[in-house]
Amino acid sequence: MTEPLLSARNLVKRYGRVTAMDHADFDLYPGEILAVIGDNGAGKSSLIKAISGAVQPDEGEIRLDGKPVSFASPLEARRAGIETVYQTLALSPALSISDNMFMGREIQRPGFLGKWLGMLDKPAMDAFARQKLSELGLMTIQNINQPVETLSGGQRQGVAVARAAAFGSRVIILDEPTAALGVKESRRVLDLILDVRSRGIPIVLISHNMPHVFEVADRIHIHRLGRRLCVINPKDHTMSDAVAYMTGARVPEGIAA
Amino acid sequence: MSDTPDPVVARNPSETVASFDHHSRGALDRVQHFLHRYPTMVPVIVLVLSVAAFGLIAPNFFSAFNLSLILQQVAVVGTLAAAQSLVVLTAGIDLSVGAVMVMVSVIMGRLSVEWGIPVPISILIGLAVGAATGALNGALVTRLKLPPFITTLGTWNIFLALNYYLSNRETIRSQTLDAEAPLLKFFGERFTLGGAVLTYGVVLMIIVFAVLWYALYQTAWGRRVYAVGDDPEAAALAGIQTKRVLMSVYVVSGIICALAAWSSIGRVGSVSPTSFFEANLESITAVVIGGISLFGGRGSILGPLIGALIVGVFNSGLRLAGVDVLWQLFATGWLIIVAVAIDQWIRKISS
Repeated sequence: MTEPLLSARNLVKRYGRVTAMDHADFDLYPGEILAVIGDNGAGKSSLIKAISGAVQPDEGEIRLDGKPVSFASPLEARRAGIETVYQTLALSPALSISDNMFMGREIQRPGFLGKWLGMLDKPAMDAFARQKLSELGLMTIQNINQPVETLSGGQRQGVAVARAAAFGSRVIILDEPTAALGVKESRRVLDLILDVRSRGIPIVLISHNMPHVFEVADRIHIHRLGRRLCVINPKDHTMSDAVAYMTGARVPEGIAA
Repeated sequence: MSDTPDPVVARNPSETVASFDHHSRGALDRVQHFLHRYPTMVPVIVLVLSVAAFGLIAPNFFSAFNLSLILQQVAVVGTLAAAQSLVVLTAGIDLSVGAVMVMVSVIMGRLSVEWGIPVPISILIGLAVGAATGALNGALVTRLKLPPFITTLGTWNIFLALNYYLSNRETIRSQTLDAEAPLLKFFGERFTLGGAVLTYGVVLMIIVFAVLWYALYQTAWGRRVYAVGDDPEAAALAGIQTKRVLMSVYVVSGIICALAAWSSIGRVGSVSPTSFFEANLESITAVVIGGISLFGGRGSILGPLIGALIVGVFNSGLRLAGVDVLWQLFATGWLIIVAVAIDQWIRKISS
């Protein structure tokens, strides 16, 4: 079997007396969609935060491409190619689509204007943003300079995903991408996720929506009581199996109770 | 489920009423969307209307002399409003701008006249002090995480006290400045431009706004200032170092206050520790009337320039029309309330 692109072993995170992560493991293989599911409070958000650099684990090791890494901030994880689309999307509503796509990594004009006057290369940024959105089939958006707050929920999600996918990242983490969306818009976002995978970028999908998880995931990581309980193949298990494992109503085969 | 269209609603007899409602909202909606896209249009319209109205009712209002006088009168507060705008764009407010300006003018004057330091060096020191006051405000806001309102309420009093201490509560007279430090009065010097009499202070104000416009719209820094003001958490998650951006905003704002200080010496003609006592509130007035949202991240930097001009036009027009001064305050008060109400209304688009 191939080596995992991103893996974690024995992650521990304590907040006072609460242990959010209790020797948690994690593996993401190249080109796959890995869903992470778990009951509320199971510690899946702590796990994801550790991988995306938002939280620093007390113990354990994270490896990217087999090399140990430690991220002091989301910025460092991003520099290493791990892009996260947060549930809140982290978009600035009053700024344009183009501004949002390039937030924190703007392109400057070549030559004197850019180097000494810090002038942005808006035409280049707009063209790039437009190209990335149309690659992901999001060109129902007419004007790349319209403020993000004038977009629908699904379009906003699309912009956030396009931003993550645009910067040649190694891994994209999606936190509850369909939680705030209607049926049709969820559909678009799921297609978008499959589209991103077809470009070879592996995706970590955190979701509570079982039908969505079972539809797009290649493997499902079930998190329980601060650690990985098991990883299942959605083809071999039903949704009610997964929910039973998640809540502890049943124990998957081969796992000691 | 909830996605299935309900045919009963579509055939509801109240449909005509509903569509009428929708139609009238449509027109208003378009206005709302237009203003949302071009927030500066509100102050522009108010300015044009008020100039036209006062042109009709006030004699001599339309003379080049009077219009240029308005520009001269708003130059100092307008420059200060530029400093204020930056802080307001980050969803903050700076109550200390007026006190910083007066204190720096006292420092520039004292150093030049009492200490005999060459005037250009005094001016540079003044600018550095302005930057330092901004750094202090910025550090309190970003490091101690104090609300900007409280931070600057505190530093306002501190700078005011330092101002009285440094000046000994004494005014440096105009003749003394003429003899020993004429450069300090540079921005009060006049020149004519086709019948209009302008001061270099007016030019300074316009340059400050032009530079800020460039910085806010054409550089990464400007986009980040807006992002931090719009939603600081989103900006941080998108990879912006929000504290650094905030710090830079306060420092730049402090430097602009120091430029306004230099300009104010020319405007008043002397260095007085008790001048411009209400300048901080006047700068906030210009910013608010100019359509910059007090919730941050929204509004054009050119708005406050127009906002300052609106206040100037009202004051001049009402005075020329022979109206009691109290009505200037009355009108300004309503302008502020209407401006904020419109801002609230425009912001509803995002929800």
